[in-house]
Amino acid sequence: MIATLLSPRFLRNALPALSLTVLLLAIFQLQPRTMSYFGLNLLLNLALPIAFATIAQMCIITVNDLDLGIGSYVGLVAAIGATWLNETPLLGVAALLGCILIYAALGALIHLRNLPSIVVTLGMSFVWLGMALLVLPTPGGTVPGWIRAIMTLKTPFLPFTIYAAVAVGVIVHFGLMRSAYGTVLRGAGGNPRSVARAGWSLLRTKVTMFALAGFFGMLSGLSLIGLTTSADANIALRYTLLSIAGVILGGGEFVGGRISPIGAVIGAMTLTLAASFLTFLRLPPDWQIGAQGGILIVVLAFRAVINRAEARR
Amino acid sequence: MSEADRSIVRLDGVEKHFGAVRALTGVDLSVAPGECLGLVGHNGAGKSTLMNVLAGIFGPDQGSITVRGVDSTAGYTVAAAKQQGVRCVFQELSLCPNLTVAENARVMHPALKGFGWRRRAAELIARKLDEVFPGHGIASREIVGDLSIAKRQMVEIARAFTVTEAPADLVILDEPTSSLDSVVAEQLLAFVRHHVAAGGACILISHLLGEVLSTADRIVVLRDGAVVDVRPAADFTRDSLVSAMGSVAEGGVADGDGFTSKRRGGSPKVRARPAGRTTGPELVAHAGEIVGLAGLAGHGQTDMLIQLHSARRKASASLQVDGPVSLVAGDRQTDGIFPLWSIAGNITIRSIRHMLHHALIDADAEQEMARRWQQRIGIRTPDVNNNILSLSGGNQQKALFARALASDAEIVLMDDPMRGVDVGTKQEVYGIIRDEAANGRTFVWYTTEMDELKHCDHVYVFRDGGIVADLARDEMTEEKLLHSSFEAA
Repeated sequence: MIATLLSPRFLRNALPALSLTVLLLAIFQLQPRTMSYFGLNLLLNLALPIAFATIAQMCIITVNDLDLGIGSYVGLVAAIGATWLNETPLLGVAALLGCILIYAALGALIHLRNLPSIVVTLGMSFVWLGMALLVLPTPGGTVPGWIRAIMTLKTPFLPFTIYAAVAVGVIVHFGLMRSAYGTVLRGAGGNPRSVARAGWSLLRTKVTMFALAGFFGMLSGLSLIGLTTSADANIALRYTLLSIAGVILGGGEFVGGRISPIGAVIGAMTLTLAASFLTFLRLPPDWQIGAQGGILIVVLAFRAVINRAEARR
Repeated sequence: MSEADRSIVRLDGVEKHFGAVRALTGVDLSVAPGECLGLVGHNGAGKSTLMNVLAGIFGPDQGSITVRGVDSTAGYTVAAAKQQGVRCVFQELSLCPNLTVAENARVMHPALKGFGWRRRAAELIARKLDEVFPGHGIASREIVGDLSIAKRQMVEIARAFTVTEAPADLVILDEPTSSLDSVVAEQLLAFVRHHVAAGGACILISHLLGEVLSTADRIVVLRDGAVVDVRPAADFTRDSLVSAMGSVAEGGVADGDGFTSKRRGGSPKVRARPAGRTTGPELVAHAGEIVGLAGLAGHGQTDMLIQLHSARRKASASLQVDGPVSLVAGDRQTDGIFPLWSIAGNITIRSIRHMLHHALIDADAEQEMARRWQQRIGIRTPDVNNNILSLSGGNQQKALFARALASDAEIVLMDDPMRGVDVGTKQEVYGIIRDEAANGRTFVWYTTEMDELKHCDHVYVFRDGGIVADLARDEMTEEKLLHSSFEAA
């Protein structure tokens, strides 16, 4: 039993949950008042949009690509959500579907022309930002009531965010890790040639994953404006790097199709909590981003140590 | 033709070219149900290309593919081949390392879906593993990346024989036993016989002649992309098979006449024992010698070269390298050329440290060196300042040789550098190597081509990461080489 618990494979899988627990306990220690419904809600309410963005990023990383435009894409969705979706819902829905289609098309373009995804998505990040500014030139707008209602739902025992995050993690886990086609999608990240030789279309896997990324990016933007009640084109620029950090923190790897949806959600929550933790430490804001990086490095260093222990075996 | 109707797959006059390299030059081949066809040939005879054609990965440039009596040349894709029951186990492993054993079975079988597919996939692969490799000790929920190479190969082989919708009538096994131990290899060959007796068919590609002779019904010998001999296995002996495969069966690989050892005096330039070994033979190379590293691909030869190359920084008792070293890469695209640079830049990169003029590179000296070596080694280009990719593969490889030879290196390491190089270029380069060796340079040459070993003064045969034989040129024969490469552990 103890041997299983100390085995590198178990430790590697448990590391994301372990780091979240440690961070949460540290926060409870520093500020016991957070150990309440209201406190948890305040701590974690911004975790849900980040979790969605992280899942979106994870979809792209599954097929060995990287999305450097997810942050400004979330901003565009927020802008559309706070304007068209409220005023002319039909146009708003069509625009959001169009965005997902563009994402799918990006996947096709990257596959067919064999382009580096970093370049394509970095270029697209400026396109998304420009579009968001066209839709919503100045911060503001009004969020549709139903989005607001969902995001401020009062759920029993624990805040809505926690239920939603668990649901997202579990649903995506079943979709990608347990379903039959999800296996092929991950296989396309692990050994594309072998998947192609088995008769699967790599174009289809890439388009599917990019479209899914567009979909979860959309959920990220909508859940974000549900909390903030207004939008801004620049509202989510930092999500690009946060989402990448969340995937890696959650046990995913940049290449090879090794991902963990539940880990990614936990990673997103860890990143959210890290910011609060540093505030409770009364660290000056100037140092916080650097300190957040420090937390990342510590967790990843642990993983490197575990991997080494495994390689030595 | 009754045989044509009976055959599962039949190739007529199939040709395949890759640039200047003619991989297949008109191959006729047919496989009937209930038959195990052995396919033998040297490295580079065209076995892998032929297999890729059968698998539908490469379309043939010429010739026809007939499946069960129907001409299927057009539209013979991977999916079509699979539908017709043609399965392949490729030499390089083609499992997804991030998935479990059961999930890898799923990737191969579109029919494994819907509720409970994980259980069905696990049962399917576990049952086949039990059948082919009793006592395999592989759990179907294990991640493939965590398995040893041998177990991965077992999974891949078992997976090829699993059946859901499409049949597994013809299974092509490319060096299936290369990483299996002898007991497991025996299990596999017994299973192949069993599969064939039940009306299936197999193509067995192997370097292990004993394995092919004992398992196959009929043996096809390939040489230089063409079928040179087809006979029932019973009509072949090991010797006749070897003589059909190459032109070097009688006598030595090289003519031993005029061989004089260069090991009469002086200390060796290179002395090394494979990493992780504390006993056993050492690799030794003296000045002016060409030393060959032989054996099956991936048995520690490249590791040895890397070890020698990094000897300067990591000297140890079991590793002594006396003099500057340079490496000629074999895999040009990944560790050879700088694809964005000019030919001149690619040639001189190893030597620019000696061309500094006030901390900057002396452009004239660089140009001069590039031109001199372009002429010396015969790189076919109008201008050395053209991009390296403007050259053909063979000429790119020459540029890599020029990089090593133009440097101050006294010891040149070569990592199977002639892969995919045309015959004419090879002959030129062999001449240059001999000249340079005569001038006192030492060459350590890993090669997968038997013919190239005849240029070597000494050949070390590698197996499982260690040296198992040390043959001087006058005692080197193909049989000895094969014998030591394949001897059971």
